[in-house]
This record gives sequence, C-alpha cells and structure tokens, in this order.
Amino acid sequence: MSPEKKKPAKKPRPPRQKMPEQAPEERAKNFLEVPYGYTPEIAETEASRCLQCRKPACVQGCPVAVDIPGFIRRVAEGDYLGAARVIKSTNSLPAVCGRVCPQEEQCEQLCVLARKGESVAVGRLERFAADYEREHGDGSVPEKAPPSGKRVAVVGSGPAGLTCAGDLVKLGHEVTVFEALHKAGGVLVYGIPEFRLPKAIVQAEVDYLKSLGVKVELNRPIGRSETIDELLEGDFDAVFVGTGAGLPYFLGIDGENLNGVYSANEYLTRSNLMKAYLFPEYETPIIKARRVAVIGGGNVAMDAARTALRLGAEKVSVVYRRSREEMPARNEEIHHAEEEGIDFQLLTNPTRILGDGNGWVQGMECLRMQLGEPDDSGRRRPVPIEGSEFVMDVDVVVVAIGNGPNPLIPQTTRGLDTSKWGNINADEQSGQTSKPGVFAGGDVVTGAATVILAMGAGRRSAAAIDEYLGRPLEDGTSGAGSSQEPPADGRS
Amino acid sequence: MAKVVCRKEIAPDTVLLEVESPRIANKRKPGQFVILKKDEKGERIPLTIAKSNAVEGTISVIFQVVGAGTRGLAEVAAGGEIQDVVGPLGKPTEIRKVGTVAAIGGGIGTAVAYPIAEAMKAAGNRVIGITGARSRELLILEDEFEAVCDELIVCTDDGTCGRKGFVTEALQEVIDRGEEVHEALAIGPVPMMRAVCQVTRAAGIPTVVSLNPIMVDGTGMCGGCRVEVGGATKFACVDGPEFDGHAVNWDVLISRQAAYKSYERRGDDCNLLKAGEEQA
Repeated sequence: MSPEKKKPAKKPRPPRQKMPEQAPEERAKNFLEVPYGYTPEIAETEASRCLQCRKPACVQGCPVAVDIPGFIRRVAEGDYLGAARVIKSTNSLPAVCGRVCPQEEQCEQLCVLARKGESVAVGRLERFAADYEREHGDGSVPEKAPPSGKRVAVVGSGPAGLTCAGDLVKLGHEVTVFEALHKAGGVLVYGIPEFRLPKAIVQAEVDYLKSLGVKVELNRPIGRSETIDELLEGDFDAVFVGTGAGLPYFLGIDGENLNGVYSANEYLTRSNLMKAYLFPEYETPIIKARRVAVIGGGNVAMDAARTALRLGAEKVSVVYRRSREEMPARNEEIHHAEEEGIDFQLLTNPTRILGDGNGWVQGMECLRMQLGEPDDSGRRRPVPIEGSEFVMDVDVVVVAIGNGPNPLIPQTTRGLDTSKWGNINADEQSGQTSKPGVFAGGDVVTGAATVILAMGAGRRSAAAIDEYLGRPLEDGTSGAGSSQEPPADGRS
Repeated sequence: MAKVVCRKEIAPDTVLLEVESPRIANKRKPGQFVILKKDEKGERIPLTIAKSNAVEGTISVIFQVVGAGTRGLAEVAAGGEIQDVVGPLGKPTEIRKVGTVAAIGGGIGTAVAYPIAEAMKAAGNRVIGITGARSRELLILEDEFEAVCDELIVCTDDGTCGRKGFVTEALQEVIDRGEEVHEALAIGPVPMMRAVCQVTRAAGIPTVVSLNPIMVDGTGMCGGCRVEVGGATKFACVDGPEFDGHAVNWDVLISRQAAYKSYERRGDDCNLLKAGEEQA
C-alpha cells in the first residue's frame, strides 16, 4: 500500500525528542546540570506527539494527578505559561518533578504510544514548561480560598511537606513550615546533587510557596526546639509530619568507623548542602579520594558515585550485591553514570573495610555473589560464591544502602504510634496518625521512596487536614477519599 | 539571623559569645548543644550551651579557635550577627539526686561541666567540682563554677594556679580521702576524659562523658558523628552527646576527630602557621 492512496495524508509522528545535554567527558568534571532542557522548538515537536487521549491513562500514573494532556496541548500550541499554570494547579514543584520523577514507571509507562513505540516525554515537557515559567512568567499566583482562620504546622520542608503546605495555603489555611536545617527543601537540597537538580530551582519553588503565603521557619528541629504537643497546644490546629527517611543505615561490617567511610547522606550533605565541592571558599571539607567505592544500587548510590567523580576521583566503583536488573536506580541514572565512566561491580558484596593502621580506609574486602531463589522482595536472593574474596583498593567508601525514619519526632511525641522500624503509622489515604490532629506522609511513613510519592502523600494529607479542620468539600465527599481529584482553586 | 550581644576573649584563643536566641534560651537544658553557622559559606559548628538567660533571651557558648570555622565565629564582634543558630540539640543530661557528684571540666570542657554541675546541685546533690587547664590564663569560669559547687578543686599542669597536676590526680585524691563519689561527669579533651574514666573505672564510679565528634546536621541525618559505645555504633547528635564513659571506644573517637586535620590547615590562613613557615 503506497502512502499516496491514504486520505488525508498523515504526517509521520516524529520520534521521541532527546534532551540536549553536556558531553559525558565534560560534565564528569563539573557540577553543572547535565541536561540543558528542551528548546521551545523541540518542546513543541515533542508535544505534537501526544494523542490527546480522551481518557488519558498517563494521568492515572501520576501520584498528584497532573492534567498531562492539558498541559501538553498548551505546549504544542505555544502557550507555555498556560501549560505551567495547568501543571501548577495540582503540582507545587513542577521544575523538581520534571527532573527527578521516575516518569518511566508512572505517566510515561501508561502512555498509549508506549505500547507500540516510545511514550511522550512527559517529564521533559513538564520540566520545559516549569523552567519557561520560572524564567519568563509574571510571578502570578493562583487564586486562594478565603482565609479559614485555621493554622497548620508542617514539619519538614521536603517534597511531602512543601506539597502539603502548598495545597493547604491555597485552601485558605495559614501554614508554617518548620525545617531543621538552614535551607528549605529537605532531600532536594541536601541529597540530590546540583548536577541533577540545581539548588536555585529548589529555592525558586520554595519562594513560589512563600509568595502564596506559606511561612518557612528554618533552623527549627521540631522534637527538640519544640514538640508536636507544644505546637498543638500553642498556635496550631493541625500538624503534618513529613520528616523523611533521614537516618542512614550502615552495613555493620568491620571497619565502618574508619576515616573515609561516609554514609551517602553525609557525603551528599557535605557536597550539596554545604557546598564542600567549593572548599575552601566554602568552609566545609570533604575527603577528596583517589579511588572511591559506593555501596548500593539505588539513585542515591548513583548520585554519590557521580559526585565522587566530580570531586576528582580517578576511579569510582558502584558495588552492588545483586545484578544490574535488580538495581533500584532509574535507568537514566545508571545510564548517565555508565556514560561518565563509573565502574560497576555487580553481584559483589562488601565483607569488611580495611584500615591502614592509622585509622584510614585502605581497601575493602568483597565477595562475589550469584543469584539464587527469589526472596521476600520478589528479587532473586544473592548468594555468596565461596572463596571468591578479593580486595578493592579504595580510600573512600560511601555507604548508600538506605535510610531509616528520623527518630526525633517519634521519640518526643506522646501517643504517636510507630512501626517496629520506627516509621510513623499513618492511614495510607489520609495520613491520619494515632494522634488526633497529627498527620504524616512521605518517607517517614513509607520508608525511603521517591520524591513524587512523598508529594502524593503530602497532597492527600492536605485534603484530609482540610476536612479535619471542618471544611467539607463542596461535592460532599471526604477529603481523604477524593485524593485523586485536584483541589480546585477557590473552592469554599 | 541572631545578634551577638556580647563577645569576650576569656582566655587565649578562647571566646565566649552571648547570642540572642529567646526560644533556645527558654527551652534548653544542661548538656544540650546548638549549631552555629556564621554565614552562607560557613561550617556548621556544634557547641554545647554554657549558659542561658531566659529573661534576656540569650545563650552563651564558649569555644576554642582551632580551624577556619571557629576562627570565623570568633571574628564576629558584639553587635554583629550569626546567620544560623539551631537548637537545642542532643539529649539533656539526666539530672537526678544520686548523692555526691564529681563534676570534672578540662580546658573549655569546664564550660559544659559548669551548667551540669549547677543542675546537679539544684537537684540536691553534693557537688565536688574539679577544673583544670594547662596554665592559669587558660582556666575559665572559675568563679561561676565555684559558686555552684560544695567544693572546687583547681588544677593547672604548670602549677600557676591551684594544685599542680592533672584533674585525674585531684580526683584520685578525692577518692583516696574516703569521699564516696556516686557519679562522675567528665567533660574536656578526649585524653582527659579517657584518663578520668580509667580512674573512675578502678574506683567503680559510674561516669558520664560528653562527646564532641565531627558533626554536620546535628539531627541524626548524616551519621558523621558516629561513636562506638559498648560495641554499638551511636550517633552523638541524637543518641548523645553524653554517654557512659566506661563503654566509649576512645581510639575510634580520637581517630575520627582527626579526619579533617589536613583540610583544616589547607583551608586556613593561620598567622601562627604562617609565622612557623617563615621561620622554617
């Protein structure tokens, strides 16, 4: 069948558009963001690929239910600010999500185009619209509901807290976010590196929330500076706890307290939050090593490995006890790391860290593994290969095997139930805890997960808190039950 | 931003800063610390609170100038500002009536021992204070410490003030004269705390020490401040800073405290070091 016979002639669908990015050999030496982002031309071409499905599957895959076809249509039409407005009506942190959401497991996975080819690049378009709005927008803010006279304290300024705060302030409540560190953003500022998420972008998103009326109190370690009970006895009618998974796990192997062994949290905090990569201009040091081993296979491990490379290490190895297939990191992150020359020691398990006799790391003994039967997580269990011990020559080891919940709030709050791992027990939908007026969401409830899942939890809790504060939704449904619905601006 | 209302050099290279922070002044308990960050580029520096004045809304910290970070803090004049003051952090000292308490402060550790001694006294304990320094001019808070103790023994290594010798010798004398000490608190340089623990272990006196490992966030997030206590890894910021001195692995602590020694030197422009280089 020749194309001439087709009526009307259909333009072939362009391929999924790539994002221009820094060359691997170049970017491995700097902390600048890796991708440059779409140009308007590329964005419109990509947006034109969207089928504008009447029942869009992609939206089902978004934890905060962004109107994906709606914003993509506006990009295709050249109305970039309109696109940003659509996103911002349900997502307070679009520039962040466009960069760090695992779209390939969410919206993009469900895209109809993905069935026969490549999905629409929803994340890249979201990033484009958000960046365009930040650079060219007039700073206008959405309409807010009339003041409710209610006050809500949000503990923690990470993705869950910021999302919850943004939604609550739009609903007319007075919101104060308490952050223990000296900068707002939680994991977005201390954890995710500059080259993946520029800190100026996080600050801009925080400033946007402030422009909506959210108060941000830095240097307030709730639990110590004041307790949740004191917040409730004082100014606040409800509290949302989004304190994240901030307590690093170690392996419990010999040599872990040697100098040169870092938790990924410490390594990344020094580099990102304290800007140790600019030492001595910035006063916080970080050990610059020749050879670095990063233990773990998640996004945090990729971030730590790529940071080590940029700090000048000659060789950086990711040491992971399962195979590449089981690595929890996003494909894109693994791919970027590989491109930059990170060495992957897969099916390898550290058994002890060796010292030089003066308290410093000199090497790491590992065992090779093979995959056995599936374990509780459904992944094949790694089993040691006997006699396969070998020593890696390294001078810094970064442990990136996960984090537990921060203990400050559970330790200091009366009547707040936790799991045996210390996670706060909260209703999956509403985030309601065992303590009246206290809601929780994000990693402190679920254990370490993703930015967007924490945002989804913050969002659902905002709706539940709104209901708790005595403002039933117009449609008569409960706030908790209607969490998939965007909070329409201006509802009373 | 927090205003510095008073700055005093109370001994050579030893600075007292009184900082406006009404919330912390109201809330803090003995044994707790704050983190100060002078400005955008500054380090986060953990310092135990020496005094607070709830009426004036101020807290006081005392520190020694050792690296770029503390030098920066020491340069803030009265009337100046510190960008970030976080706290109170850490678990407060367990204050209870045990009988007789020996509160031992070495060097600037006296700044930490003093408020604990004060609280122990207020709880009805008999408090024997021991403060020591290398030399007379390095002794701090002598009068304040004395005022909250039933007895204060002052020691200097060179004998320029009080008893000549180490605080451990003074403590041993207290034990030898038949004093029944129910609890000891030792706060100061690591070798001093370790030495005190050797004395108290032999005498069977439970001993609390306050540890100051390298720390970044102070809220349990980074694990940089991990210490080995009783064979287990603890985070000084959230599990401490006070621990059972007889269970602390001192070797690990000493080693970890030295992790950034070479960076401290590289990062600073210390006049003393420069002078040394010029002479060499």
